[in-house]
Amino acid sequence: MNAASTRPLGQDIDHLVVVGASLAGLRAIESARASGWSGRITLVGAEPHLPYDRPPLSKGFLSKDSSLALSPFRHDHELSSDLRVTTILGSPATGLDAAGQRVFLDDAVVPYDALVIATGAQARKLPNSAHLSGVHTLRSYEDALAVRKAMDAGAATVVIGAGFIGSEIASAARKRGLPVTIVEQLDVPLTRSLGPAPGEVCAGLHRAAGTDLRLGTGARLLGREGRVTGVELDTGEIVPADLVVVGIGVQPATGWLEDSGIRLHERDRGIICDNTLATSLPNVWAAGDLAHVPLGLFDDDLMRLEHWTNAAEQGALAARNAVATSEAQPLETIPYFWSDWYDHRLQFVGTPRADEVLIVGPQGPGMLALYRRDERLVGTLSIDRPRDIMKFRRRIAARCSWDEAVAAAADRVAAAA
Amino acid sequence: MRIVADRGRCEGLGMCEAMAHEFFEVGDDGYVEVLDENPGEEHRTELAAAVDACPVLALSLKG
Repeated sequence: MNAASTRPLGQDIDHLVVVGASLAGLRAIESARASGWSGRITLVGAEPHLPYDRPPLSKGFLSKDSSLALSPFRHDHELSSDLRVTTILGSPATGLDAAGQRVFLDDAVVPYDALVIATGAQARKLPNSAHLSGVHTLRSYEDALAVRKAMDAGAATVVIGAGFIGSEIASAARKRGLPVTIVEQLDVPLTRSLGPAPGEVCAGLHRAAGTDLRLGTGARLLGREGRVTGVELDTGEIVPADLVVVGIGVQPATGWLEDSGIRLHERDRGIICDNTLATSLPNVWAAGDLAHVPLGLFDDDLMRLEHWTNAAEQGALAARNAVATSEAQPLETIPYFWSDWYDHRLQFVGTPRADEVLIVGPQGPGMLALYRRDERLVGTLSIDRPRDIMKFRRRIAARCSWDEAVAAAADRVAAAA
Repeated sequence: MRIVADRGRCEGLGMCEAMAHEFFEVGDDGYVEVLDENPGEEHRTELAAAVDACPVLALSLKG
C-alpha cells in the first residue's frame, strides 16, 4: 500500500484538507502547523460546532452542577489567526473524487493536495426507534444536552448496552440517585473488550452501585403517543423508562466514501491504513475512530481504536505525514483508555486480544488484570490503581515477559494490601 | 524552566507519565506528582509533548 499512497519525496503539498472537525481533525491541523509547514489548511466538519471534547459528555456534563455550555478546544480566532486555518462547519462531506483530488460537500467542492480523513464514527441506533422521543444515543453535544435535561427532570433511565458509554451514563444516573437499568445482550458485559472474568468484575461494580443489570437479553422499545414508555425484555418483562439511552457501539462514518474507491474494511466499513496512516488512495490519510491500523508491537494486528488518546495521536501523525517532505513515520503507540464508573476509574493499556487473562488482587476495586500473548504481557486493566497502570504500559512497550509482569502485579497488590 | 501542575484540573489520567515518566508520576491519590520541578533545557521537547498530551490541560511549562 505504501508505494501507491505516498507521494514522491520532495513533491510540495500546498493545500492540506482535513475532513472531520473533532479531536483527530484538530490535532491534525495543529500538528501540520507545528511541523513548520506553511501551506493552506482547510478544516471541514459536519457538526455546526468548532472541535469539542467528547469524553466529558458522558461524565461531568451529565452532573447536576455542570454548566450546559459547550466550550470548544480552541476558539474561532485561534483557528483562523493563530493556526491560519479556514474552517467550514455544518457541512458534511458527501463524496470524494480521488483522481481529481476533490472532496464534495453539499454546496461546495474542496480541492486538496493532501487529505486527512477524520470523520470518526456515528453511534449505532436501534432499528425502529426514530419515531419515539426520549430515546437517545450519546455522541454529540446535542445528544448529551437531551440526556442531561431528561436527568435533570428526574427521568427513570434504561440504558441499552453495557459498554463504556452505557456504563458511564448509568453512573451519572446513580450519582443523582435516579433508578437505572442496563440491558445487555451478552451474558457477561464487555466480554469482547475486556474478557469474561474482568467483565464479571465490571458487572459487580454496577450491582454494588445499585444499578439494575439485566444480562443475556435483547430490548424492545415501547412507546405511547410518540414518547418512549419503557423497554420489553426477551422474557416479556417490561422495564418502565422516561429516558432510554442506547449505547450499542458505533459505525465508522464512511458512507460518503463508498464510491471513492478507497479500501474499506469488509465488516465495519472503517478505512484500512498502513502503519503510517496512509490509505489506499494517493495523498489520502486517515486518523481516529474510523481507521484500521496495523500495530507492530502487537504482531501487526489490524486495530481500530475508539480511544481519545488514539484520535489525538493519529490525527497528529496523519497530518505530519501528509505534509512532510521526508519519510512518513509509523504509528508507534500502546493503546490506552480510561472510563469513570461511579467513584471508580477503569484504565486499560495494550490489547485485550490475548491467550490468557489473569486477575491479580481483588475482584473489584484495586484489581489488576493482565493479558498474555505467547510469553509476553500485551495488556493490563486496572480499577482504581492510577499509580500502577502506566508502569504496565511501559512494560508492554518493553515487551516484558509474562512471568515478570505477573510478579510485578503481585508485588503492587501486596504493597497496597 | 519550571513545570507547573494544576491539581485542580488534574484527573490522574497519566498521559504525562506515559510520555515522560522521569518527570511525572500519578500518585496513589490519583493526582500527578512532578518529580523534578526545574528540569534542564535539554528536556524541553520531551516535556512540551507531555504537557500537550494532557487531556485536561493541567500542565504547563514556565520559562
